[in-house]
Amino acid sequence: MTDNRFFNRSELIGILLLAVFLVVVLPLTLDVFRLNLVAKYLTYAFVALGLVVCWGYGGILSLGQGVFFGLGGYCMAMFLKLEASSPENTKIQSTPGIPDFMDWNQITSLPLFWKPFHSLTFTIAAIILVPGIFALIIGTAMFKRRVGGTYFAIITQAVAAILTILIVGQQGYTGGINGMTDLRTLKGWDIRPDHAKIVLYFFEVGCLFVCIMIAQFVRHSKLGRILVAMREKEDRVRFSGYSVANFKIFAFCVAAVFAAIGGAMFALNVGFMSPSFVGIVPSIEMVIYTAVGGRLSILGAVYGTLLVNFAKTSLSETFPELWLFGLGGLFIAVVLAFPNGLAGIWGDYVQPRIDRLISSRKPKPEGWTDSSVADGAPAE
Amino acid sequence: MSSNKSGVLMSDEETKGLLSPLRRKLLMGMAALPAITMLPRASFAQAPATSAVNTTGLAVTDTEVTVGILHSATGTMAISETGSIEAEKLAIEQINAMGGVLGRKIKFIQEDGASDWPTFAEKAKKLLVNDKVAAIMGCWTSASRKAVLPVVEQYNGMLYYPTFYEGLEQSKNVIYTGQEATQQILAGLNWIAKEKGAKSFFFVGSDYIWPRTSNKIARKHVENVLKGKVVGEEYYPLGNTQFNSVINKIKLTKPDVIFTDVVGGSNVAFYKQLKAAGIDLSKQALLTISVTEDEIDGIGGENIAGAYACMKYFQSLDNPNNKTFVPAFKKMWGEKTVIGDVTQAAYLGPWLWKLTVEKAGSFDVDKIAAASPGVEFKGAPEGYVRIHENHHLWSKTRVGRAKLDGQFELIYETADLVEPDPFPKGYQ
Repeated sequence: MTDNRFFNRSELIGILLLAVFLVVVLPLTLDVFRLNLVAKYLTYAFVALGLVVCWGYGGILSLGQGVFFGLGGYCMAMFLKLEASSPENTKIQSTPGIPDFMDWNQITSLPLFWKPFHSLTFTIAAIILVPGIFALIIGTAMFKRRVGGTYFAIITQAVAAILTILIVGQQGYTGGINGMTDLRTLKGWDIRPDHAKIVLYFFEVGCLFVCIMIAQFVRHSKLGRILVAMREKEDRVRFSGYSVANFKIFAFCVAAVFAAIGGAMFALNVGFMSPSFVGIVPSIEMVIYTAVGGRLSILGAVYGTLLVNFAKTSLSETFPELWLFGLGGLFIAVVLAFPNGLAGIWGDYVQPRIDRLISSRKPKPEGWTDSSVADGAPAE
Repeated sequence: MSSNKSGVLMSDEETKGLLSPLRRKLLMGMAALPAITMLPRASFAQAPATSAVNTTGLAVTDTEVTVGILHSATGTMAISETGSIEAEKLAIEQINAMGGVLGRKIKFIQEDGASDWPTFAEKAKKLLVNDKVAAIMGCWTSASRKAVLPVVEQYNGMLYYPTFYEGLEQSKNVIYTGQEATQQILAGLNWIAKEKGAKSFFFVGSDYIWPRTSNKIARKHVENVLKGKVVGEEYYPLGNTQFNSVINKIKLTKPDVIFTDVVGGSNVAFYKQLKAAGIDLSKQALLTISVTEDEIDGIGGENIAGAYACMKYFQSLDNPNNKTFVPAFKKMWGEKTVIGDVTQAAYLGPWLWKLTVEKAGSFDVDKIAAASPGVEFKGAPEGYVRIHENHHLWSKTRVGRAKLDGQFELIYETADLVEPDPFPKGYQ
């Protein structure tokens, strides 16, 4: 890890494999319905990716990533909902031109904070900035006071609970427990038909790789090494003169923005946003994806998310009444047997064999020197 | 809406070539011919060719037709939705025992919505796109229906939705077998105003769209029609278990009627705390639109005895249909099961679909949507129902009084079927 590149050779191979898997293999083998499901799963991969940076490297366990996923998703959904609520589409309402749930709640004009969401530019900025600034505020308030570890995790949970209650309670402005449904077009382009789903899928995969690159950059920069050092021995980093709080805030903000991009992708791909992605349970589920994939592995996060969600869908299709037990069993088994998740399995069992195979050409395989940040890609 | 469109299109095409009135008559006669030949076939329920009854690629074979069941079998809603799943399976079994639909046995694919709205949407899409089901019996909460609605409209499916709900919705692709808000509320309020001389009402509800809309309608009715007064209106989050403050307010304002639409597990806490606070439901009138036999199972008959519920069905209804339905249900699902309003409405779904398919002589969704208005089901456990042009059901409103054993005693029912009015004028 002495070079300044974003990734060493095995990481490069892993990223290429993932790219081939997502861009070539899946679209060729799955029908549009399943591909759209993968698009939905991948929106969680953004969150898992953020958690790798913040939890895996920075050691900051956040149990409230759903908050940022939700903020990003709601920003996107508000834009789409406004477009779907054109006066022609909402003729039967008592006040045409406002979202249907506002009409049901006797709101007669568009609330002020909704108005900027007519603009797509503003919406895209809001998707990044609203969760980023929110994370900055929470992070500053917590880390500057040296609140960390379990306490921080609990506070993030509380924030998730508060935001859910807020959204559910203010249903005239947010759609309440129903959420925002029936999102139709993006700048006049229908997001519902099959060909749109395919375009959105590739767009999402593109965004995912941008985020993977950013995560790689963070991980391989000096910053990443400080994060790891901080995780291992916070006081030593502090005594060395670094401002630990600032680094933590940064990692937390990166995770928040990743989650928000995932949320926005979710609203686009699924055509739906609701408080059920904001609360404590979905937030913990997102941590599970990361844990299954291996919290130290950037690519593992993507595979973990895909695996858990595939399991969720196929188990629930096959055993509608018993599937939750199967899923629970899977989690317990993974955490007990493979604490480093899929990436751990890859790093412990698969990678050494590959290395042995090619070791004749290369005596000391790099990327295998630092086992605490094992980062090989697990098998598909 | 789009069924209208396609109808208009067809007649446009026909008129193009119609130059002489004679030719027009001839053509009309020719057009009527296949319709005439189809009628007796449908009524004899012999299996017509699959190509004739299924032109849109649904999962229909010469011997089978596939429908979907989409409810929460897991999660918080499972306790409510299980009854609907059971009722739908019973109806499908009974229809199959009678020879099925257009000579085809109904096969069902069950999917779990897991009390999670996006999962409902995902599963609905799976049922329509991958399994090509001819109809979906499903959803329970408004939130799940709102999530599924765009999917069934986009993929042109047919959803039979069983729950009483807030109205303000109407779709070509949905048949609402439960009551919309005015059907459920107005007659009950009229009755309690007349019977108890009630003038002041206190509303307590869970905080989401159904109670809010229902209470809005109830408030307008109380204020504008009954010339009464609403002395309080309080909402609590779903799953809330602390009702002490609202109970204190009720004690202070002493309303003639407590009107509640608290849902789910919150009910247990609410009625226990009412009782603990010394409010005796045999003296204090309480009208609920959210407690059925299923909920009393959890609340306990002793905690709610004396309360009035406004529904369209009670398990204790005394009519011939219900007398065969209740034992059949218990035989299939166990002696201890209770049957609530929604369970009965869910039972109507497969039956109404079967009758509509036979009326339309086709499984095609567009034809079913068009044939639905006017379809009547004389074997309904609630008595008799008919589908309105707006895809809701004409049905009676009934008021029952909760008894210690968890059953309701029928106190009042409307003389006639109440017209469904999902967009009530003057109540918005």
